[in-house]
Amino acid sequence: MMTLLIIAVLVLGFMVVLRLSRVAALASELRGDREEQIPERDNRISGRMMWAFGALYMAFFIWIPLHYHDVFLPPAASTQGVWIDSMFTFNWWMLGIVFFGTNIALFYFSGKYYHRADRRAFWYPHNNRLELVWTTIPALTLTGVVVYALIVWTKITVLPAPGTMEVEVYAKQFDWTFRYPGKDGKLGATDFRLIDADNPLGIATKATMAKRLDELHAQVAQETADRDARAGILPNDELEKADKHIAHLRRQIEGIMNLQVLMQEDIAANGNNSTYLKGADDKVTKEFHLPVNTDVELIIRSQDVIHSAYLPHMRAQMNAVPGMATRMHLVPTITTDSMRAVTKNPAFDYILLCNKVCGISHYNMQSPLTVESAGAFKIWNIMLPVFEKPGAAAKEVAPAPADTAKAEATAAVATAAPATNKEQN
Amino acid sequence: MSAVEQSSAAHNGHAHAEHHQHQESFISKYIFSHDHKTISKQFLVTAIVMATVAMVMSIIFRLQIAFPGESFAFTHFFLGDKWAPDGVLSSTMFLALVTIHGTIMVFFVLTGGLSGTFSNLLIPFQIGARDMASGFINMLSYWFFLAGSIMMLASLFVEGGPAGGGWTVYPPLSVLPQAIPGSGTGMTLWLFSMVLFIAGSLMGSLNYIVTVMNLRTKGMKMTRLPLTVWAFLLTAIVGVLSFPVLVSAVVLLIMDRMMGTSFYLSEIHIAGEALDNMGGSPILYEHLFWFLGHPEVYIIILPAFGISSEIISTMSRKPIFGYRAMIGSLMAISFLSFIVWAHHMFVTGMNPFLGSVFTVTTMMIAIPSAVKVFNYITTLWRGNIVFSPAMLFSIGMVSTFIAGGLTGIILANSALDIQVHDTYFVVAHFHMVMGVSAIFAMMAGVYHWFPRMYGRMMNTKLGYLHFWVTLVAAYGVFIPMHYVGLAGGPRRYYEYTEFPMFQGHVMDLNVMITVFACIGGAIQLVFIYNFFRSIWYGQKATQNPWHSNTLEWTAPVGSMHGNWPGPLPTVYRWPYDYSKPGKQEDYVPQTVPLEAGEEEH
Repeated sequence: MMTLLIIAVLVLGFMVVLRLSRVAALASELRGDREEQIPERDNRISGRMMWAFGALYMAFFIWIPLHYHDVFLPPAASTQGVWIDSMFTFNWWMLGIVFFGTNIALFYFSGKYYHRADRRAFWYPHNNRLELVWTTIPALTLTGVVVYALIVWTKITVLPAPGTMEVEVYAKQFDWTFRYPGKDGKLGATDFRLIDADNPLGIATKATMAKRLDELHAQVAQETADRDARAGILPNDELEKADKHIAHLRRQIEGIMNLQVLMQEDIAANGNNSTYLKGADDKVTKEFHLPVNTDVELIIRSQDVIHSAYLPHMRAQMNAVPGMATRMHLVPTITTDSMRAVTKNPAFDYILLCNKVCGISHYNMQSPLTVESAGAFKIWNIMLPVFEKPGAAAKEVAPAPADTAKAEATAAVATAAPATNKEQN
Repeated sequence: MSAVEQSSAAHNGHAHAEHHQHQESFISKYIFSHDHKTISKQFLVTAIVMATVAMVMSIIFRLQIAFPGESFAFTHFFLGDKWAPDGVLSSTMFLALVTIHGTIMVFFVLTGGLSGTFSNLLIPFQIGARDMASGFINMLSYWFFLAGSIMMLASLFVEGGPAGGGWTVYPPLSVLPQAIPGSGTGMTLWLFSMVLFIAGSLMGSLNYIVTVMNLRTKGMKMTRLPLTVWAFLLTAIVGVLSFPVLVSAVVLLIMDRMMGTSFYLSEIHIAGEALDNMGGSPILYEHLFWFLGHPEVYIIILPAFGISSEIISTMSRKPIFGYRAMIGSLMAISFLSFIVWAHHMFVTGMNPFLGSVFTVTTMMIAIPSAVKVFNYITTLWRGNIVFSPAMLFSIGMVSTFIAGGLTGIILANSALDIQVHDTYFVVAHFHMVMGVSAIFAMMAGVYHWFPRMYGRMMNTKLGYLHFWVTLVAAYGVFIPMHYVGLAGGPRRYYEYTEFPMFQGHVMDLNVMITVFACIGGAIQLVFIYNFFRSIWYGQKATQNPWHSNTLEWTAPVGSMHGNWPGPLPTVYRWPYDYSKPGKQEDYVPQTVPLEAGEEEH
């Protein structure tokens, strides 16, 4: 009903405007007015409206932040955020001066110099000195802005000191998963082909590779059997599709077998420092916690499409790009509890949200972030289950090789074993 | 559209036929026309239709953003049960509307509509040429544009809906139908539509360049060209150099979608399965896309500069201040536009050092832009300003360009961009420059050159109404939008209901934005009414209604083949001799020879 009423009012209003304009047009036609001959009265009115609008515009511009002041984010909750905020302040002042100066001049001159028949415009085609001045001043100002920007940017993007805590932020449609290093303090290697229900991040260890290979072999066997059983019934294109999928699975198997070789080589070369040996004690969780006043290096990855990890309260953002790891360096400075006090909002939470369109539920891809004291963080972190329980891992794979010669031997076994499996299928 | 052509022909045709013996059929004259004036009208009317579609889309998604989950008869009327069950916009269609709104506005309205209309109309007229260098290629340029437009609109009706990954269509989202329904047939149509559009745009641009270079009339030195022609020329050059890069980006995307290549794909696990693709990078696409994408915004704003320079000077009855500085700044902007693209990519994981480089180059654009604004203001200073609707829109253009340009300095700053990247702050920024500033220039151009196009005048009073309401609505929409962005509000969110931090005042601002957007949308009906009514019933135009100096006003009213009945006009002076001391009138057309001892500005 309300909608109908509004529509009716709009339509009527529109028609009234058109009718009035028609009447005005007819009247002016009778007077012999021409559209392009704008009488002095109209020019004066337009000029006055320029003044009025200019004033209203400035007022509106000031009124919004005053009236809606609490739309602004609370104080930056990270060291990097504080740098960004103070640079924002500097920029606002500088831009504000230019904004008000140019707009006031624009609207003031427009209103002042409206057309009068007895006036003539001032012939003023150029003034080199003036132009030089207003090219040089913006250039110098911008040089300052750029230098300031580059100093802050360099500080924010600096490479982390060795030993900085790494936390993985992993994006997929439409949620976030986090990974914390175990006792070794290092995140293990990953591979997207190892992703399954038990291994959402595709952590690459001997056990996960073996398990994933088993799964894939089983799937190939299953699908081949299905395909053969229905070979006479299915139309050709369906069969082709089935064949293609089986071939795809075989390529996955091949890929993982290559990965096993890579792993063995890496272990051979780096021994216990190999990243393939660092994953077993990692901790995968859906909860996002960070210790306060600690350097953290967020390693950001994506499983499917581009996402963006955006922490508005930290003034931090970095895209999650499939096929590569991006990074973000952060020092949170205010705990969630302190921020609840600052914002007088007991329900306040830091939020990590996706800020690159990633699909139909993009608008709800979020995760709260808890910033807590180092002690509380440690307790929380210790309680997290490790990815592979040491006992379980030992059962599935041979113990880690102690020296290079042994590693090579294992590598040979590892490559040979799946090949036999394949033949059986 | 043909009806439009028909009518404009009805009152122009008679004089026309007498001058020229070669009779053309209706089709060759008004549909497959080689005439730059007809092609310009074709571009304009197509762009108005496309803009109307894209504007309705924006109203639909603005309603959803401000009133999430509420039912609207308006939404249901356009989208039906499938995309708006119970009148509530679906989240798939929301993304599709956002995407197609952006695509149509950027390419089909602000590139095709602005450059296509005014380059076609004004280049031959203002340089004193009988037509474009190649009328046939010019015609093809329009028909490719139209085919692209139709294909883009057709994508609205396919199963799965139109493309929905945002107007930048970043892979892998745009490659994988598993990731979003719009990446099926809708995306295919989007890509092919863009290829057609770019082909058309290239033909147009090459034609504009050749025409300006070769067909200037006697005396029309480059330093006597109106700033409009300078702007169109540089726009065309920028287009020719950058659009092909988008084609390559699009072709690689098509290959990734259809032929199993991996230019943009690597290590993806989606819908429960790992894909075979290895070794590509979405970042490659981003580089290719923005290598066009950034020059593209200058392809949009340069003609806007040209048009507003011309109108501000004419209607202030005062020479444009710093003619050569204006040309210089147009050139500087054109050049810089090619080396700033990666400022769209500060947070993509690109090497931070590159970020520093692009911050420096991007900030440099502010210098010529500032010079332009200062020159506009100085042109107004001590002018004798005639407030035609075109002049109002041109002043509005300068004001909104200031607002949009200044926030550009925030976004050019790689460190500040971290905070506001992909928030509504960015949306507000580029709408201020492109969606308001460039559109204002386009409106100004339509009001100003309507008598040149159709031989009739538009209604001035309706023009006033249109301007003031549009100006208020535009600021009412985009000033609050900056604050939504500063509150951390991300763009392309179907609704904010899932976030406590975006309730309260952020939603109040969203409601304010939507209300102003509806007012701004509704008032365009007045423009559309005024435009189409004036084509048939407007007051008949006089030869030179704005007392302008440029050559298009020396040609007879209405449209005739070859533009001038006799020999082409000869040019003796620059186009900005307004209120020149010692002259009786406050304007001296370019065709008036210099008096003995008179200096050329």
